[in-house]
Amino acid sequence: MTTSEKLLTGNEAAAWGAARAGAEVVAAYPITPQTTIIETLASLVHRGISKAEYIAVESEHSAMAACIAAAHTGARAFTATSSQGLALMHELMHWAAAARLPVVLANVNRAMAPGWSIWTDQNDSLSQRDTGWIQIYCVDNQEVVDSVIQAFALAARTSLPVMVVLDAFVLSHTAEAVHIPEEEEVRPLIPEWNAPWKIDIDRPAALGSLVPPAEYEKMRKKLCDAHAQAALVIEDLAATWRKRFGRGAGLIESYRAEGAETILVTSATIASTARVVIDELRDKGVPAGLVRVRVFRPFPVAALRGALAGAKRVVVLDRNCSYGASGIFYQELRAALCGVPGAPVVHGYIAGMGGRDVTPLTVRAALGRAMEGEAPVPESTWLSE
Amino acid sequence: MAERMTTDAPRPRPAAEPRLPTLGEEITRPGHLACPGCAVPLLARTFLKIAGPRTVFCVPACCFAVIDGPFPYSSAGVPFVHCAFETAAVTAAGVKAGLRARGQGDILVVAWAGDGGTFDIGIQALSGAAERNDDILYVCYDNEAYMNTGIQRSGSTPNGAWTTTTPGGKQGRKKNLGMIMAAHRIPYFATVSPGYYNDMVAKMRRAISTKGFRMLHALSSCPPGWKMAEEHSLTSTRLAVDTRIFPLYEVDDGRFRVTVNPPQRPVSEYLRLQGRFAQLGAAGIEAQQRAADEDWAALRARCERHGNVND
Repeated sequence: MTTSEKLLTGNEAAAWGAARAGAEVVAAYPITPQTTIIETLASLVHRGISKAEYIAVESEHSAMAACIAAAHTGARAFTATSSQGLALMHELMHWAAAARLPVVLANVNRAMAPGWSIWTDQNDSLSQRDTGWIQIYCVDNQEVVDSVIQAFALAARTSLPVMVVLDAFVLSHTAEAVHIPEEEEVRPLIPEWNAPWKIDIDRPAALGSLVPPAEYEKMRKKLCDAHAQAALVIEDLAATWRKRFGRGAGLIESYRAEGAETILVTSATIASTARVVIDELRDKGVPAGLVRVRVFRPFPVAALRGALAGAKRVVVLDRNCSYGASGIFYQELRAALCGVPGAPVVHGYIAGMGGRDVTPLTVRAALGRAMEGEAPVPESTWLSE
Repeated sequence: MAERMTTDAPRPRPAAEPRLPTLGEEITRPGHLACPGCAVPLLARTFLKIAGPRTVFCVPACCFAVIDGPFPYSSAGVPFVHCAFETAAVTAAGVKAGLRARGQGDILVVAWAGDGGTFDIGIQALSGAAERNDDILYVCYDNEAYMNTGIQRSGSTPNGAWTTTTPGGKQGRKKNLGMIMAAHRIPYFATVSPGYYNDMVAKMRRAISTKGFRMLHALSSCPPGWKMAEEHSLTSTRLAVDTRIFPLYEVDDGRFRVTVNPPQRPVSEYLRLQGRFAQLGAAGIEAQQRAADEDWAALRARCERHGNVND
């Protein structure tokens, strides 16, 4: 640990990221396992480390409404939630994106009830897939603090809201050594947001009023196009981070995937467990590699096609399920590879729902079954079965 | 500045109406889309003449969201932030926090919502903002039903009133918004009626100049929803006060004060003006009279406890 490193949980890292990025309005409502994010921010505000206006709202729905409203003034707005709280925000998730507002949200992945679960899976954040938010899935606590800071820059540069996602407990309540960038290092990277739809008392206008169909469709196409732009900004910010801090991934992260016949595709903390398994396999001479999807929206189609070109088979390990279809990253990846000449065979496996442990054993099982020739099924295979 | 009657007898027509107050410059621009006789443009226009141009409106789904005009038009003359149905209060709170963070904390931020967005779907966010004493002004223009979607009953629809979802007349009384807000101990709450213009202007001034969470509850006549001729718009809001169905009072840091002591006309004069009460028989009207009398007595008792009774 260097002198500029602190021992931080993922939640503390998220809070420090928001403070270092200069969050000006924080809307806070508690939910396990997110609560320590807003507790840490309350403490940072109380100690004067953050100058944010802290609004202790009465629900997550109001938390997102307050962030939307604050963002409309040009203020950098931040909130954090999880699971049921994110679901309650859903109406306003659409609103924030369609209003093209640079809101930043940290979501701690937690399984949806019932039955009650406070442990991790991705169905809460992935249920917000079609709202227009950028989604960044973190692998460790360093990436949490970096992604939250980058999220403010990304949001301001694209007029898109950004969700930074971290696994319940595996990251949220587990401490690691984390380097917290200084304010003066990161503030210049976050531009002022000055879109024409900012509230301007000298130029009164209605924001969000009734639009005829043709105008509406035009606005939605612009929202979709902004995601293509966001992909470039994400890579640009990653390059800046690598240059400035010597770390950090962009849209995806490849690990020993060069020349691999079998590539595991997964996200979030499962990827760090998978690295161990890939190392074992490589040591045995098995040509296996890993590609971690860090950014789920915009979905990195071109980057994944490039990273997976030449592989014989791809194994997608999902900690989520679109019931009646399959694992969600599996669906998305198959769609991304559809029509690509010589595309690899894609296998889909589901594990770790409701916080069920995903150990090296789990990852080995998924890779082993695919490499032993198990036929892929469109519905994904549940590894526990 | 409140009009004050000196007797409970039917009010003789005064020789001259009180002088109209002098207001500031016109902020509202031409081109609003309100129905003829709608009280909303009068309320908003008067309000802005007092509040001035450094004002932001936060408006959820409601008639006013339509009245202001479709994209790219706006008649308000001040920034008009559309927001989701249940978020008027917290949107105003968020705008205020953002402006404060940006060194523009002097700007008046107003949540302006209908009765559906206030009494029903927005009451959670309203209660939260009131409890936090957020520095915003909340105006509820109460036309006593979901008028924008075509006259469906709300928590504010009066007992016995016809709506499309209460075809036989609503069973049950409207929520008492003043008591709900008084229980939150907000700095200022007042009822206003466009039919008592000077009283309304005085309360708007008071609410605008007060800090913290303050609320104006405006009776907002709706000729199509109330099944009433357009020209009865102001008469009806005046009769609502005179019959003590909608008393004009304020709650100043918890202290109740009736600001207009009405002449006590029979409730039938108000009810008979509006087709929505057409199905009420003699017994129904009698029940409404009893309810109005009881509410009035309770309000007076509350004012007396605070030493605020001026007859």
